[in-house]
Amino acid sequence: MPAITHHIPDEMIAAYVSGSLPHAFSMVVASHLSYCRDCQAALGAHQAAGGALLETGDAVAVEAGLKSRVLAALDSHVVPEPVFEAKGIYPGPVIQRLKGRPPRWKSLGMGVKQDILFEDSEGSARLLFIPAGQAVPDHSHNGLELTLVLQGSFSDETGQFGVGDVEIGDENLEHTPVADAGDPCICLAATDAPLRFRAFMPRLLQPLFRI
Amino acid sequence: MPKDQSLSQLTLWLLAVRDQRDRGAFADMFDYLAPRLKGFIIRSGSSPALAEEIVQDVMLTVWRKAALFDPHKAQASAWIYQIARNRHIDIVRKESRPVPDELGEDPATEPDASQILALEQETVRLKHAIAQLHPDQKEMIVKAYMGHLTHQEISSQTGLPLGTVKSRIRLGLGRLRKELKGLR
Ligand SMILES: [Zn+2]
Repeated sequence: MPAITHHIPDEMIAAYVSGSLPHAFSMVVASHLSYCRDCQAALGAHQAAGGALLETGDAVAVEAGLKSRVLAALDSHVVPEPVFEAKGIYPGPVIQRLKGRPPRWKSLGMGVKQDILFEDSEGSARLLFIPAGQAVPDHSHNGLELTLVLQGSFSDETGQFGVGDVEIGDENLEHTPVADAGDPCICLAATDAPLRFRAFMPRLLQPLFRI
Repeated sequence: MPKDQSLSQLTLWLLAVRDQRDRGAFADMFDYLAPRLKGFIIRSGSSPALAEEIVQDVMLTVWRKAALFDPHKAQASAWIYQIARNRHIDIVRKESRPVPDELGEDPATEPDASQILALEQETVRLKHAIAQLHPDQKEMIVKAYMGHLTHQEISSQTGLPLGTVKSRIRLGLGRLRKELKGLR
């Protein structure tokens, strides 16, 4: 696999770690992390900071019965949650949302297809299938959008994006991405449009771990 | 792995739970972790009742998933922090968070015991850096790592004007960052 050159910004990894990132974006971040050692290192740094804060924080006594309830439950039988692992071109977080099934493509015309994987009040995530030479459909021009390549590649004015690369767009990015020659380009795309992206980690956390 | 004195107590407990399913070690770990988890969760704005529910869930998850703990990859406290965040969000949202695939060992680095110790030392220094923070600065960073708080929300919760909150976060991170620079 060629080296990944387009990464998740550190502030977004921090927001993912802490859980303040909307679900649709978390799907893209977790999927990129499934390819990228560099971003996993940044993830580890933020987890370490969180762990250190947990250990050094003020303790609050738990209720008297909690310990015995927990100890009594150690042997209780629990149906393990299903674990979804990468399958074919799809990383685990996409397989989780597909529940292990293949995508259910819906045509958008010109050979372009989509499968909406997730939608809530904070954003949506979809798979896009774009034949070589076709333009990547705009999913939004008034919000934040993350586009992660799962197969093939696309290019626009800002560069080329191959498997594992993620493009981050907002209303300031004027671009016309087109799928490159070769295999059809399959992407995982998330957007917060029309709602504003509101739950970001403070921007000031950004430089902390990539000094 | 040898039981090295320089491993933290938390790591030793977690390894005993992972490798021997040691209930005594788990009970000791509960005494240490549960009140810290509860304090941490309450500071994110959760009620004490919800915090108790999440603490119970997190501790049981630690017991059940201990086999996945790998001290080469993560410090014990970092691993437990992420479980706590995931379980908190899953319980509130009633939906599983997306989690990345494991990438396995980096072929460029051989796993060895010195790697674990280096991570342990880094944690000690990080905790030291956090301990040096002014309580107000620490509070801001804790809230950021507990999620669900934007600058605006931090500001309205504490009643501080936005400029002050930002400058406190920046001051706190400046000190953290200086300490972290020394780790490289
Ligand atoms: Zn990356």
